[in-house]
Amino acid sequence: MTTARATAPARPRFSRDRFENRFFGVIRWVVIALLIIATVFPFYYMGLLSVRGLGDVLNNPGALWVAIGDLSFNAYTRALGSVADGGEGFLGFMRNSALLALGTVALTLLVSIPGSYAVSRLRFFGRRQISALFLAVYLFPSILLAVPLFVFFTRVGLRGSLVAVILVYVSQTVAVSIYMLRNYFETIPVSLEEAAALDGASRLGIMRRISLPLAMPAIVVNGLFVFMVAWNEFLFALLFLVDKRDQWTVSLGLSQLTGNSIEVPTTVLMAASVITTIPIIIIFFASERLLTEGLTGGAEKG
Amino acid sequence: MTSTTTPSGTGTSPVPLGGPSPRPKRIPKRGAMRRSEARTGAALIAPTVIIVLAVVVLPILWSVSLAFQRVRLISLRSAGIFGNYVLDNFVHVVTAPGFVDTLVTTLVYSVFGTAASIAFGLVATLALRKKFRFRGFVRSVMLLPYVAPVVAVTFVWQTMLSPQFGIINYWGQHLLGWTKPIAFLSEKSSDVSLFGLTIPIPTALIMVILFEAWRQFPFAFLFLTARMQAIPASLEEAALVDGATISQRFRYIIWPQLLPTIAVLSVLRFIWTFTSFDDIYLLTGGGAGTEVISVRVYQFLTGRGDIGLASAQALVIAIVLAVLVGIYLKFFGKREEDYT
Repeated sequence: MTTARATAPARPRFSRDRFENRFFGVIRWVVIALLIIATVFPFYYMGLLSVRGLGDVLNNPGALWVAIGDLSFNAYTRALGSVADGGEGFLGFMRNSALLALGTVALTLLVSIPGSYAVSRLRFFGRRQISALFLAVYLFPSILLAVPLFVFFTRVGLRGSLVAVILVYVSQTVAVSIYMLRNYFETIPVSLEEAAALDGASRLGIMRRISLPLAMPAIVVNGLFVFMVAWNEFLFALLFLVDKRDQWTVSLGLSQLTGNSIEVPTTVLMAASVITTIPIIIIFFASERLLTEGLTGGAEKG
Repeated sequence: MTSTTTPSGTGTSPVPLGGPSPRPKRIPKRGAMRRSEARTGAALIAPTVIIVLAVVVLPILWSVSLAFQRVRLISLRSAGIFGNYVLDNFVHVVTAPGFVDTLVTTLVYSVFGTAASIAFGLVATLALRKKFRFRGFVRSVMLLPYVAPVVAVTFVWQTMLSPQFGIINYWGQHLLGWTKPIAFLSEKSSDVSLFGLTIPIPTALIMVILFEAWRQFPFAFLFLTARMQAIPASLEEAALVDGATISQRFRYIIWPQLLPTIAVLSVLRFIWTFTSFDDIYLLTGGGAGTEVISVRVYQFLTGRGDIGLASAQALVIAIVLAVLVGIYLKFFGKREEDYT
């Protein structure tokens, strides 16, 4: 197309517009390629090292693929196996993480569904102040909370219990959860609820029979989001659970692999990283579209 | 945790709305119904408020109190709320060796980390603007660094950058002709000679800033893309008719539209980068000239078991942060004030 234009006699041989179109047309694909490499390669490398033998990695660190014959899953056996069998116990860590994440999801949704409904639908004393409080909580850096919470739970003897960690996680996720759900509730026409009210339904009846079923997609996505947050969390898991190996989460377990006196091979480290990452990647790709819409809701209204 | 997990605001959207979001209009009702509505509302929000008060607000207040007391982890049982209030902790925090270095490192890390993550996010937004096959998939792939567990991605970076068997050093030596492997994460600075001048480069600090940019650019990308999609196509079509080139359309149409979003993103990212702990703790452990304030808080707390000192250090972070954000809002915040 550009060459055809170049031969047209009426046009100047060089124009800024034509140059820019061609330049950005090329540079755009270069940038896209670089971005894909930058975002995907670390994950590819993680998977690649996890299925190679240790000797193979040390002899040939620059290899970008693995021959079928050299595939080795020993790293996974070692990472997942229990400590008694000479493994690193990641199966147990996964169970802890799953329990913790599911508990956080359940409790967060339990308080944030009624909360977000109230903030989006009902007029009550202090509604504006409460929104401001949640924004502050959301912006507040967790390292500043770490000290008093650590001290408090140490003092009441609950440090090291999963319940304490769940409570902290809920306080960290409830603000964003209310924000996401509130955005969704506001897209549901009020007239539906008013019709139900005219038919004699109570406020709670309306919530349960009309609003909740309509908001179900948003609730599911929100639950998945909270699950990802709780699964990935590191700082509070480190502070609260590090003394109790049987309570470790996958993130904590992974971080402690290098801290041991016994050298853990890189391949095992990468296998454990893959184990930690896979659930998140599955959930992310399953919910990606709804998730980004939920998070940036309101941004498009601009 | 907040910084890594919650990509948007609560009471308000971090990305400015055009105006106050429309509330459902209601027909005025009788007082009794209004009261009942207020009661139901208060009852429904109560559990959330209780949790937030108990696990966030009260601990913060307590932390302030602890900062003025001499409390150690061992003597915790005897510490009360009304102890002897002294300023010793703050004196210790400020005079401790490395305090100024840490503060400067934290500032450099947050300013460059914030700028780089937003710049990469903007580049990604622009590159993925025009539709092409698999664009939706590529866009979700862009978010991977942001959603992946921080511990896993720091380990992969460590492995890739390892001087012994890291792939970067391998290809650097074989392809780019590096004479010896570079210890990216444990080398405080390396001298690079340029035109006879020897310039020290803070290697490890640059690497953690790059990591921060890599892990957080999807956040900027997500919000800039959302904002970009809301720009009316007619604006650009009009500019196109007038003969504006790509760069001119960006400069005069797109950029002004994105600017408020970029301003809000800068504040959010700066707050979170300034206080981020996970990334640096996991990548370098705070060594090689990368010690930031939050790592110091952690070390005071667990290494020394000095609660008062840790609280005081945390309070110092909060104050410095509040001052910096205050200055920012005073000079650049005129426009954002309407949105928050």
